[in-house]
Amino acid sequence: MEENFKVIDNYLMVKMPEEIDHHQSAAISERADMFIIHKKVNNVVFDFEKTVFMDSSGIGIIMGRYKKVRCFGGKVFAVHVNGAIRRVIYLSGLHKVMDILE
Amino acid sequence: MDREMKNEITLEFDAVSVNEGFARVAVAAFITSVNPTIEEISDVKTALSEAVTNAIIHGYEEKEGKVRVVCLLEGDRLTVEVKDKGKGIENVERAMEPLYTTKPELERSGMGFAFMEAFMDELEVESAVGEGTTVRMRKKLGTESYLGDEE
Ligand SMILES: Nc1ncnc2c1ncn2[C@@H]1O[C@H](COP(=O)(O)OP(=O)(O)O)[C@@H](O)[C@H]1O
Ligand SMILES: [Mg+2]
Repeated sequence: MEENFKVIDNYLMVKMPEEIDHHQSAAISERADMFIIHKKVNNVVFDFEKTVFMDSSGIGIIMGRYKKVRCFGGKVFAVHVNGAIRRVIYLSGLHKVMDILE
Repeated sequence: MDREMKNEITLEFDAVSVNEGFARVAVAAFITSVNPTIEEISDVKTALSEAVTNAIIHGYEEKEGKVRVVCLLEGDRLTVEVKDKGKGIENVERAMEPLYTTKPELERSGMGFAFMEAFMDELEVESAVGEGTTVRMRKKLGTESYLGDEE
């Protein structure tokens, strides 16, 4: 799990797993929050390169981190967003609070 | 293959989160016989995942229980039923509103029913407090390969 989190400057890079569901979501959120609080990063980049499946639990992870960094003027980003993940993100309206980088 | 063939499977498993992935894979494998598109497989997996997760975290509130999934194919028409004998839903209409959640502390987004509705053709929810919840979803599969069936 640890290798999936990396801090670069003021950015926390989170490599998302192949499948994002409720089974994994709490662990990802907790780990990300450790970095946000202890390393004082303001921005979070979610990398979906490996991800082939995401349900609404993923929306919870992103929304939750967005609410945390927003108070410090931080932002959330998504990279490597493929078709299925993109649909879930747009359907939930997450694209309105998150920058999607191609 | 005979498009009006009938085929049904039932899965019953403990209400623990590790089984969410198992249920998705089983149902995805079950529907391959009717040649669904990649998008349709993804739709069914997402909708199923939402219903099974709800049974585990809301129905049983992560305590002991069994989740039952029944999948029926009638030709290329899929019906998926997800049933729990958990706490039930007091107000189904309100529960189905987008963004409504009773578990914000677990970072639930309240988008589960909205996803089931968006990714399947039909959604029905039956629930009784203290008795449990049944979610029934329907979807016609293989639409694109069917339309593009020319040589
Ligand atoms: N199987 C179930 N048993 C009991 N309550 C449920 C069940 N499924 C859904 N609910 C209720 O409906 C609400 C909305 O569900 P959903 O749209 O999936 O959002 P979320 O799971 O993010 O809360 C839940 O918060 C819960 O109160
Ligand atoms: Mg849900």
